[in-house]
Amino acid sequence: MELILFKNMSSPGYTPKISSYLEAGGYQALEKTLKEIQPDQLIEMVKKSGLRGRGGAGFPTGTKWSFIPKTPNLIKYLCCNADEGEPGTFKDRQLMEKDPHQLIEGMIISCYAIGAHTAYIYIRGELVHATRVLEKAISEAKAKGFLGKNILNSGFDIEIYVHRGAGAYICGEETALLESLEGKRGKPRFKPPFPANYGLYGKPTVINNVETLSNIPHIVTHGGEWYAGIGVGKSTGTRLFSLSGHVKKPGNYEVPLGETFRHLIFDLGGGMLNDKKLKAIIPGGASAMVFTEEHLDVKLDFEAVAAAGSMLGSGAVTVMDEETCMVWATLNLMHFFAHESCGKCTPCREGAPWLYKIVHRIEHGEGKMEDLGLLADLCGNIAGKTVCAFGEAEVAPILGTIKYFRNEYEYHIREKKCPIHRSERLATIGFPG
Amino acid sequence: MISETAKKQIGETVSRYPEDQKRSALLPVLHIVQYENNGHLTEALMTEVAEILEISPLQVYEVVTFYTMYNRNPVGKYHIQVCRTLPCALMGAEKLVSYLEEKLGIGCGETTPDRLFTLTEVECLASCGTAPMMQINEDYYENLNKNKVDKILEELRQKAK
Repeated sequence: MELILFKNMSSPGYTPKISSYLEAGGYQALEKTLKEIQPDQLIEMVKKSGLRGRGGAGFPTGTKWSFIPKTPNLIKYLCCNADEGEPGTFKDRQLMEKDPHQLIEGMIISCYAIGAHTAYIYIRGELVHATRVLEKAISEAKAKGFLGKNILNSGFDIEIYVHRGAGAYICGEETALLESLEGKRGKPRFKPPFPANYGLYGKPTVINNVETLSNIPHIVTHGGEWYAGIGVGKSTGTRLFSLSGHVKKPGNYEVPLGETFRHLIFDLGGGMLNDKKLKAIIPGGASAMVFTEEHLDVKLDFEAVAAAGSMLGSGAVTVMDEETCMVWATLNLMHFFAHESCGKCTPCREGAPWLYKIVHRIEHGEGKMEDLGLLADLCGNIAGKTVCAFGEAEVAPILGTIKYFRNEYEYHIREKKCPIHRSERLATIGFPG
Repeated sequence: MISETAKKQIGETVSRYPEDQKRSALLPVLHIVQYENNGHLTEALMTEVAEILEISPLQVYEVVTFYTMYNRNPVGKYHIQVCRTLPCALMGAEKLVSYLEEKLGIGCGETTPDRLFTLTEVECLASCGTAPMMQINEDYYENLNKNKVDKILEELRQKAK
């Protein structure tokens, strides 16, 4: 299949420099947009493409854009969500480091569509290298007249700035991102009002993920119908899947939506590390309920994964082999969620450390059978009772593993120990001497 | 005290936001100030940042205490941050941490007596396909094994001389 997002960077000698991008036909979509396409037509084109947000929620991008008020002279903003923090996800980093101009061109076109003249790339603070690549790319684009005042003599002004976060997972949530961009603690806002009406500084704002925006120049070049023709049903186009864990060839893979987990893990990822048996798959980042071997033929599309009881989320697929203790794996993720809860809503702030403590005692052979009921009860009192989706996210690892691996929890409680001896286990995988 | 060079950088950063939204520059400005102060922030520096951005010191403290990348205590010349989250843990992050603890003679959250290294465990750094990994100051070190770690530490020790 022909690559879209990874096409440029896969060709030999390709660099993040603007010369490489121009040689590959870059910024022609922008020229075409400014000459031939009206903002409304652009929104229609993206709607027609069926493109859905690649950050996790999968909301239709064109529809999101159409919510922005058309009022002239009203200040509007575009924010690129580059706060890639969902455990298992590392695709946006690759897009930014290897092909920054693809993102920048996508952002300029998107700004034109919604009538924004200022855009911010909110990037994870840890990604210092990607920040430098983007800053360099922005200055190159400015020197060529693609950014700044009256770009390409179109009368359209546009500035893009990179804004570094500082290590808070919650800032990937769009309203927490806005708070953080305003210089505050990253605490999600209650919705409504939605950012399309009340966003950055209270102005209409669109927040789109790096991968989402990187698709825009291609949709402009080839048309909405072309994009809608790739993929399956309501899951159109390709997607970048970040494959990690116990596989032979971890990495980012671009595949059309609608392939199977089996194809991703065994054909592209080379199969299981050390040819062990597969035990569990996290299909869409830490916030997605776990899958098992039975789900290998589930299709990689939003609806199919949801129908099977989980979510495609951020496209992060983490694979675990037969020797992985699922209670230990859950404990690891609960540490993450307890650490990352922003503290705004009581059920999440208090619930996450509580869940962590219970799983901790089970893993360390000090659990009681009643703990399983207590976990389920707690999860029920967190999910859906918080301002943002973090509540649902933090209970997912527990609900999923109890559903499919209840016997492992029971073993820990009954035998008062973890069946997998950690030091022996660690001797067989990873971090070789 | 924030240097004149840093103040120039801060001025450029502030100009990226609307004139009445100076506070927006807070996170990037704190990065600049922390970098210049060898990796940590003091109360005096935070107060100075508040003055520059025309906000109250409290608005700076509450942000500094919320985000994990701001250090309120001194760190070593090289701040080693090991990713501990599941994809890295599946590939031996726990063992990597123990190995570093043994090599450096310190536990997580501690700094070596020569103030060269601080060791911290952190959550997912978006490098899951190249696990296990660690970040030292601004750089990522990926697909780690014992030999690589030995070499990296030795190189940093030489560089510090």
